[in-house]
Amino acid sequence: MSVSAIHDDHHDHGPAKGLMRWVTTTNHKDIGTLYMVTSLIMFMVGGAMALVIRAELFEPGMQFVDPMFYNSMTTLHALIMVFGAVMPAFAGLANWMIPMMIGSPDMALPRLNNWSFWLLPFAVLMLMSTLFMEGGAAAAGWTLYPPLVLQTGAAFPFTIFTIHILGVSSILAAINIIVTILNMRAPGMTLMKMPLFVWTWLITAFLLIAIMPVFAGAVTMLLTDKFFGTSFFNAAGGGDPVLYQHLFWFFGHPEVYVLILPSFGIVSQIIPTFSRKRLFGYSSMVYATASIGFLSFIVWGHHQYTVGMPIEGELYFTYATMLIAVPTGVKVFNWISTMWRGAITFESPMLWAIAFVVLFTLGGFTGLMMSISPADLQYHDTYFIVAHFHYVLVSGAVFAIIGGVYYWLPKWTGRMYDERLAQLHFWLTTLSVNLCFFPQHFLGLAGMPRRIPDYALQFAEFNAWSSVGGFIFGFSQLIFCYIVIRCMRRQGEHASDEVWEGAGEHGLEFTLPSPAPYHTWETPPNVH
Amino acid sequence: MKKLMTLLAVSGFAVAGEASADYALNLTEGVTELSRDIHDLHMLIFWICVGIGVLVYGILVYSLIHHRKSKGAVPAQFHENTKIEILWTVIPFLILLGMAIPATRVMIKVYDTTGADLTVKVTGYQWKWKYDYLDEGVSFFSTLSAKSNEARQMGSGIDPATVDHYLLDVDHPLVLPVGKKVRFLFTGGDVLHAWWVPDLGWKKDTIPGFITDGWATIEKPGTYRGQCTELCGRDHAFMPIVVIAKPEAEYREWLAAQKGTAVQAAGEPATSQEKPSDHQPEPPLAAAGSSEATSPAPAIGEPLTQEVAMTLGKEVYESHCQSCHQANGEGVPGLFPAIHGSQVVQGPLAAHIQLVLNGKPPLMASFRNILKPQEVAAVITYQRNAFGNSTGDLVQPADIATH
Amino acid sequence: MALHGSYFLPHKATQPIIGSIGLFVLLAGFSNYLNGSDIGPAMMWVGAGTIIYMMFIWFAAIIRESLGGLYNHQVEISFKMGMMWFITSEVFFFAAFFGALYYCRDLALPWLGGDTPGTGIDSTHQFLWDSFKNVWPTNGPAHIGGNEEGEFEPMAAWGIPAINTLILLTSGVTVTWAHWGLLKDNRRQLIIGLALTVLLGFGFVFLQGVEYHEAYTEMGLTLGTGIYGSTFFMLTGFHGLHVTIGAIFLLIVLIRSLRGHFSSHNHFAFEAAAWYWHFVDVVWLGLFIFVYWL
Ligand code: HEA
Ligand code: HEA
Ligand code: HEC
Ligand code: CUA
Ligand SMILES: [Cu+2]
Repeated sequence: MSVSAIHDDHHDHGPAKGLMRWVTTTNHKDIGTLYMVTSLIMFMVGGAMALVIRAELFEPGMQFVDPMFYNSMTTLHALIMVFGAVMPAFAGLANWMIPMMIGSPDMALPRLNNWSFWLLPFAVLMLMSTLFMEGGAAAAGWTLYPPLVLQTGAAFPFTIFTIHILGVSSILAAINIIVTILNMRAPGMTLMKMPLFVWTWLITAFLLIAIMPVFAGAVTMLLTDKFFGTSFFNAAGGGDPVLYQHLFWFFGHPEVYVLILPSFGIVSQIIPTFSRKRLFGYSSMVYATASIGFLSFIVWGHHQYTVGMPIEGELYFTYATMLIAVPTGVKVFNWISTMWRGAITFESPMLWAIAFVVLFTLGGFTGLMMSISPADLQYHDTYFIVAHFHYVLVSGAVFAIIGGVYYWLPKWTGRMYDERLAQLHFWLTTLSVNLCFFPQHFLGLAGMPRRIPDYALQFAEFNAWSSVGGFIFGFSQLIFCYIVIRCMRRQGEHASDEVWEGAGEHGLEFTLPSPAPYHTWETPPNVH
Repeated sequence: MKKLMTLLAVSGFAVAGEASADYALNLTEGVTELSRDIHDLHMLIFWICVGIGVLVYGILVYSLIHHRKSKGAVPAQFHENTKIEILWTVIPFLILLGMAIPATRVMIKVYDTTGADLTVKVTGYQWKWKYDYLDEGVSFFSTLSAKSNEARQMGSGIDPATVDHYLLDVDHPLVLPVGKKVRFLFTGGDVLHAWWVPDLGWKKDTIPGFITDGWATIEKPGTYRGQCTELCGRDHAFMPIVVIAKPEAEYREWLAAQKGTAVQAAGEPATSQEKPSDHQPEPPLAAAGSSEATSPAPAIGEPLTQEVAMTLGKEVYESHCQSCHQANGEGVPGLFPAIHGSQVVQGPLAAHIQLVLNGKPPLMASFRNILKPQEVAAVITYQRNAFGNSTGDLVQPADIATH
Repeated sequence: MALHGSYFLPHKATQPIIGSIGLFVLLAGFSNYLNGSDIGPAMMWVGAGTIIYMMFIWFAAIIRESLGGLYNHQVEISFKMGMMWFITSEVFFFAAFFGALYYCRDLALPWLGGDTPGTGIDSTHQFLWDSFKNVWPTNGPAHIGGNEEGEFEPMAAWGIPAINTLILLTSGVTVTWAHWGLLKDNRRQLIIGLALTVLLGFGFVFLQGVEYHEAYTEMGLTLGTGIYGSTFFMLTGFHGLHVTIGAIFLLIVLIRSLRGHFSSHNHFAFEAAAWYWHFVDVVWLGLFIFVYWL
């Protein structure tokens, strides 16, 4: 068999038919779609759990759920949103866009790519099944701190192994992305010519490879502490419950940057297009991303200011954490300078990107406040923190993802989405997200702890607003589903190849036809 | 950009609201030097962030308004400027430095627990607090007040608004003297908890097997309320903290009274019958010093009669066991085993005693240092003869002491 | 870079879904087993079998494609990079356990043992564990595990562990020697080198088994022997598992060498196995120093 013969076998054939197409596919666009659809479904599931939380918190008193179930809801809500919704959405975007952006015919390791996706539904299945087990699902928060998590019933080992499977899935995906970016670029596509989305994902993938194994190791120790008599987190045997926290946050802090760096990348693609101007400070964007990635490994202790670590540790983590504001600031300033003296238009992707810049920065400010350790002795474990991280996660990561979907959806499906509905979706979402999470700042400062199903009377008013906001937010997403499904079913106006005026200047993907053919860049493009 | 304006307006509102204290929007100034320092630090970083925010959002909004394509804007060609990029790296760095310095100062103060006038050891349990006045031999448990506890049950039909200090009231508040430096030592009896009274300015985790510490010099007499702030299981929301700060003399009086009850209670197990009406779990044992530190050789006490044992046992059960094993003794499937029909309860006595004394870390706390022998004897007697169990056993304090 | 036109892209991959199902069944079975349910072990067998089958057909496909000449240089680079980053992730997995060891020895135990006077944390010793002295190795203030008296004997560095160090270091040499043989197209050297490496690998595992047996039966040292037992068995256990996997990997490479699958310029599988082996080797040195010796 000659090389070319085999190759021709596979040439130009489109996707296989039926269900098996999706099960056995090795095509980066198929896998990207699988990831995106899974992510959307999990966003609904995690969101439904958030609504259970908000319903219970609508007014003081216990109305709907047992406290234990409430705790399970916060735990699963967070795990599902983080590992089931946001990370897969980024993985989906990476699959779709990275090969198209760097001029590669596919991901470097297509079989592995399929595996990293297909592990995901099984992990989710395992996690969801714990809801029906004796003793209920894990209820110790997404941080799974011992000793509390060791009180989990039958769900315990299933929860641990869910994390192992998710870990394998993320590590394989990360390896694939790194190899694709380092090995599959078209001739002339030097590293410093790569679109920022590719850059941010490259650094994110490094983070993943370093942190997921540590998380896996930490939960393995939980497992042996419970079932095999080890004493890692038990002072009586010479261990320390706080050891788990160090391991968890060594993972957990970089993890939150895993959730935001690709968002930075998406926003850095969108803003130049709709400002009709080159991205300001490309190289400083790259260095800033790398600095954030590096710093993220050495600041984890800011989640543990109240565990009573020695004061040297306390101060060290304070200073290190504050430093992250510098490279992040550079990014914000660069985005604004990109818009400065551009020719701005306000199509949906741009709206989401602008809202991202505004609201993420707001979340960043509260993050900075919390990094000041003495002040965090008050803020810690209150709704101030909940407000912070939903600003950076929802109006940060989720907004960037939605913006990215609007930006590339016409390229994927060949159809233009309905701009008027999309604008409605944007405004409803943006207003309600603030209604939901802004009052939580006040709640936290006024003294409302997090992870509680019931609260004192002085918190009633803001909680009611927050719940109303949460429900509006949730149901506004149904508009989004409708818009996306319409495009997927090939309804609506045809999109041009360039999609957005002048977009061809900003990325190789917009030099391809719309919808992008099943196989792209089988002959690499010429990049100059 | 209406959204932006609203945001800014609301942030301004947050600060304005600070003046009208009844509607809490901002961090409390509190009643200690630390809490004020922390509050000031909070306001400093808040205003710095507001300042940067106004600048950043202002420029953004200006650009969005004036550099619109619909206004005929033609894109400029610039895309980097090393000078300005260095500038906006250096300036934020300097601002941060300006925040780090006061932060360091305050943090060092927070950690200075030396020279305390008195020390209180605080132990977090699922779901109650135990306070030991280390130099005074006074020690008691503090749990959610009966009224709140009743109202918070699902379907209780009680409107929380009718309950005073709903969820923020306890049976036995922590009483402290004003103007004295109090050092707190924290530890956990089962899982992690965190002790937080906003007016004192900080919170601290209570970690099983380790001691963490903190301090406060309360300046104003008053009642200060707080909550457990580390997820600790089912009733995490229901373990509040109440601190009552009294002038030195009143504090002394209170202390003396406590010591009085402790002595009295030790000799007379059934004191709680004094307060039959509010079926608040007012355990004599709780007021009594049952700490290992305070009563080195707990009196074994008189032999119990079946009747006394069952009454006392029921009280102990209600205040110490019921939160997990439930009022009806049925437990929670998969989490807490039922007492009704339990193999352990109906089996050999020794195993039952062992279990209660040693607990089952991390599932159930050891009660060896929490309860006195007569209380253990009583609760075991109670468990073996209630909830449909009928072993007929009567356990004596002496049986416990020999374990 | 770049001969993209001929970058081989596989199609219709059935292995991953089988692998996912296998892993799911294996871990769900293990969970059931841990929860004391009877179907656990059976599920674990089925799951493990499925995974082995998956690996078999996955590797078979790769070998077929490789022999079919479908892999150009660029594909090979992808494989190599993939392997490198996979090993990197393994490094971090071990880092978590080394981190736990470091934390307990250098932070937690001194706090429990009162070696940090003048800090608030010293109260831990004073109030909770005032009879505890921090001397490594330890099973903690409550003497968890160990024999009836809560005592145990730590693993000495200069017995079996030292021999095992020699074994692994030697195997590092033999595998490199085999590689040289391969590069010179010297089949004999390749096969002898590999065979020796595999033997040394399994020899290591065997000796570790002996060591464990002794620990459990005679020394009062088990996984449950406080923090010493926990860190000792977690670190050496996961390492042992990696040695076993590496040795099996090398065995497969040996079999393929016997069948003449490799040439001096096309032997990714050999290199991957060798890298993995070196990684396992380096981890062992860390173990020997920090777990057995210091
Ligand atoms: C996408 C996720 C994301 C992101 C990007 C961030 C970003 C940051 N976070 Fe956040 N964080 C979370 C997700 C995230 N966080 C989550 C999920 C938790 C809670 C976990 C849990 O407990 O369950 C958390 C908790 C958390 C804590 C712990 C609080 C506590 O539990 O007590 C702290 C403390 O320092 C913190 C700090 C920060 C800081 C300093 C940043 C910085 O990166 C922000 C930097 C950005 C800016 C500062 C704005 C832009 C900058 C400028 C305009 C320049 C000029 C500015 C200045 C000089 C001020 N975060
Ligand atoms: C990316 C991560 C992410 C995202 C997107 C969200 C989204 C939301 N989160 Fe969450 N959240 C976390 C990460 C995230 N969260 C984390 C890490 C925690 C900490 C957990 C812990 O303490 O351990 C947390 C905790 C948390 C709490 C605190 C609970 C507590 O401490 O007691 C609350 C309370 O309001 C909350 C609310 C919400 C709401 C209202 C949304 C909304 O934005 C969600 C809106 C989306 C929807 C509502 C779905 C839309 C679809 C429909 C409405 C259709 C109807 C449904 C079906 C047909 C099935 N979240
Ligand atoms: C924080 C929760 C909690 C509290 C409080 C608690 N227990 Fe338990 N208890 C448990 C758990 C969990 C178990 C199951 C332990 C196991 O799995 O072996 C248990 C088991 C038992 C058993 C054995 C039941 C069986 O059939 O296995 C007895 C008896 C018991 N507890 C008595 C008590 C008494 C007496 C008190 C109070 C003085 C008490 N418990 C307080 C959680 C608690
Ligand atoms: Cu105790 Cu939360
Ligand atoms: Cu963090």
